[in-house]
Amino acid sequence: MSFYTELLISILLLSGGVFVLVGSIGLLRLQDFYARLHAPTKATTLGLGGILIGSMVYMYHLQGYVSINELLITLFLVITAPVTAHILAKVAMHHRVKLIERTSNQDIVEIARKQLPVKVSNSSQKSHLKGTDHEV
Amino acid sequence: MSLFANNFSRIMPMPLHSFFLLIVWLMLNTTLSLGHILLGSVLAIVIPLLCAPLRVPQPKVKRPLKAISYALVVLKDIVVANIEVALLVIGPMNKIKPGFVAVPIDLTGTLPVTVLASTVTMTPGTVSADISKDEKWLYVHVLNLPNDEQEVIDLIKQRYESRVKEIFGC
Repeated sequence: MSFYTELLISILLLSGGVFVLVGSIGLLRLQDFYARLHAPTKATTLGLGGILIGSMVYMYHLQGYVSINELLITLFLVITAPVTAHILAKVAMHHRVKLIERTSNQDIVEIARKQLPVKVSNSSQKSHLKGTDHEV
Repeated sequence: MSLFANNFSRIMPMPLHSFFLLIVWLMLNTTLSLGHILLGSVLAIVIPLLCAPLRVPQPKVKRPLKAISYALVVLKDIVVANIEVALLVIGPMNKIKPGFVAVPIDLTGTLPVTVLASTVTMTPGTVSADISKDEKWLYVHVLNLPNDEQEVIDLIKQRYESRVKEIFGC
């Protein structure tokens, strides 16, 4: 393995590691549940992405062909990460998880819980709630 | 001919899903041996048969090329989002002003709405938190809400929603 491939792999692994670390720091430092959700959903996608690409380059030089497992991990990650974050945020809303005070538009939590119409400043959009008769 | 088509759709209600199941099975095992091709084929036929009754009809992808360019745009935004969020996380905490926004959505069908909500979660400082029952509003939590919240709404609508709309043609 030449020096430059080793350098490339190290850079990918290190930058990936840095982003995963920042994601964990975010979990520790951010001040409420919703804000904490942002750190792992984002910082880890690029972090894990970097580590996986590094792994792909390494395996390519070791075996001579591109390993597919990393692609599959990426695929599953991209599909599952947003869904998990969405469900966690939704549950938090419906349990009225404590927010830090300077959060703006806190009324949206109640609007979402009770399915109230949204008050829009420019009245171009109208929300009409007809209940449960939406077609499938 | 139509008899054949009928029988075919009875055995394989979701041919595309069957194909991907087989491919992913072979990729998971990283092999092309006959045994795994056979086992994968059996799974690819049986799983869609069991899942077909649960299926909700979805709008078809009308412009697959647009979907690829959409994926590239989102990929680029994910990289930018990572760096932005990383800087916010490292910086002083009391500068972060989180907030909620309600984004009106014009998409029809659960698949386009899901694609939009997932994209919002993956990109700059936003997590989709809930969707109203009539699928007209997407409630989004923003990590650092600018003073003009319309900015965020416009970004989601113009950058992502219009593209999703084009892909599904709805």
